[in-house]
Amino acid sequence: MKVTEKDVSYVAELANLDLTDRERAGMLRDLNSILEYVDRLDELDTSDVPPMAQVSDRYGVDQSKRGSERFLYAMREDIPDGLRKSLPHEEALANAPDPDEQFFRVPKVIER
Amino acid sequence: MNNLDSLNIDAVRSAVQERQTTAFAFAEAHYARIQDRDGEIGAFLTLCRDRALAQADRIDRMAAEGQPLPPLAGVPVAIKDVMSTSGVRTTAGSKMLDKYIPPYDCTAVERLERAGAVVLGKTNCDEFAMGSSNENSAFYPVRNPHDLTRVPGGSSGGSAAAVAADMAVAALGSDTGGSIRQPASFCGVVGLMPTYGRVSRYGLIAFASSLDHIGPLTKTVKDAATLLQVIAGRDPMDSTSAAVPVPDYLAELDRPIRGVRIGVAQEYFGEGLNDEVRQSVESAIDTLKNLGCEIIPISLPHTPYAIPTYYLIATAEASSNLARYDGVRYSLRARGVKTLSEMYRRSRDEGFGAEVKRRIILGTYALSAGYYDAYYLKAQKVRTLLTRNFDEAFRKVDAIATPTSPTAAFRLGERSDDPLAMYLADVYTVTADLAGIPGISIPCGETKDKLPIGLQILGKHFDESTVLRVAHAYEQA
Repeated sequence: MKVTEKDVSYVAELANLDLTDRERAGMLRDLNSILEYVDRLDELDTSDVPPMAQVSDRYGVDQSKRGSERFLYAMREDIPDGLRKSLPHEEALANAPDPDEQFFRVPKVIER
Repeated sequence: MNNLDSLNIDAVRSAVQERQTTAFAFAEAHYARIQDRDGEIGAFLTLCRDRALAQADRIDRMAAEGQPLPPLAGVPVAIKDVMSTSGVRTTAGSKMLDKYIPPYDCTAVERLERAGAVVLGKTNCDEFAMGSSNENSAFYPVRNPHDLTRVPGGSSGGSAAAVAADMAVAALGSDTGGSIRQPASFCGVVGLMPTYGRVSRYGLIAFASSLDHIGPLTKTVKDAATLLQVIAGRDPMDSTSAAVPVPDYLAELDRPIRGVRIGVAQEYFGEGLNDEVRQSVESAIDTLKNLGCEIIPISLPHTPYAIPTYYLIATAEASSNLARYDGVRYSLRARGVKTLSEMYRRSRDEGFGAEVKRRIILGTYALSAGYYDAYYLKAQKVRTLLTRNFDEAFRKVDAIATPTSPTAAFRLGERSDDPLAMYLADVYTVTADLAGIPGISIPCGETKDKLPIGLQILGKHFDESTVLRVAHAYEQA
């Protein structure tokens, strides 16, 4: 077993998930079986292989340039008002579970 | 209008243009079909009748005034419920977004409507597009119109089933690991995943941003080309959408395919491939040969590593993308929570289903300190190798023919207890998502149980023209 119950608890905490005891047990089983399968990647020597994070590197990035110059393809002119108008306050708050007139409300963060 | 079978885009548009019937009547006929059939299929989550009929009216007025009609005038379409529609509930198949009403339109949807399409409603899918059978929908599963005991594939199962059951002329789906092509294959329709960057992702609810693609599901290859023409092209709202010029796909479609070099990789015909699927796909390749294509054996040696690579990268990106569902701005919030942290955890516990939690946990694990290099970074490096396999192959061939999925549609419940068995349904499709190349699935026969089988054609980056041309020639043969 690669992954222990402690690992599952730790990762669940990072992911902001509580999980029931039953879910934890299932997760432990599934993670171990998936990771065992994933381990076949170790058969490959990738020491000289660069990582690929994005396909857009293929059609945009100019490798002859340095720094942010490489990403000029994604640049556009700055438009002070934005490409589209910002959402009206009301619309931006419309889907919030607990809005007031102005803000998204959440439980108190700072204890006094 | 009782006969909606094999009704295609041209037939709708010309009937509306010549005023044999109206866009309004087409919309109503499709709603009647949905009323009649969708109770047992479950392809739709939300219908937007007012929006559809208002658009149909607009098209009918244009026709009455003798104005030239746009390319999709009056065409009833369905949209996978991961694409935002202004004022129309968009759930991503999740309880988390049960009541979410987007304030803006997805670029692809906006372009369809600008081209005259009539959006009938939003289709069912696996939760946040995570699944290969549609059983992960938080609402209800979709059933395959060819056999109601079987799955339609996933995650765009609702879109594929809607087209297969003539409840829409065409649909949009999204493909992250095979989610357009595999359900197209299971439901016997055409499903096209364009090159990464060909179609804007603006307004698509993110699953794995470096792998997500929007594309059409249709009854014919020509209809897929027509839809792609409308939705393709640079969008300043998506910085990964490519500024590569969009060719005229329809003009290319009828060019003969004599001399086109088709690669066949043995890695796609190995262990796990069902015999009936193998026979159908091999006979489809024979047909391509008879049409004058040159069939060339190729090797894509890293293919066996595609599924593990995919499940590390996709889950890592998902764990990050789904962090936004925190109960604050637009998602479900658990009741009676006392602290901020409790609100996050309990809201996410209540809102997400089992497969989504499994993937968030796996992705978080792969990105966590101590495992990043061994899993996430390793997978990104293998992604490079998989992409190089295609680069090398495409020096020798113009397109690659494979089965879309190793089996035809399986039964509901058959794989739902074993995530790994479910993941293997995508074994022939994930490589194209990882490399960013385009691929199409087209029907190429059926099993003795009358279940559709799909042929997949893969092409070079931004060469949808060749993919469509080969698929069209096969379909017409």
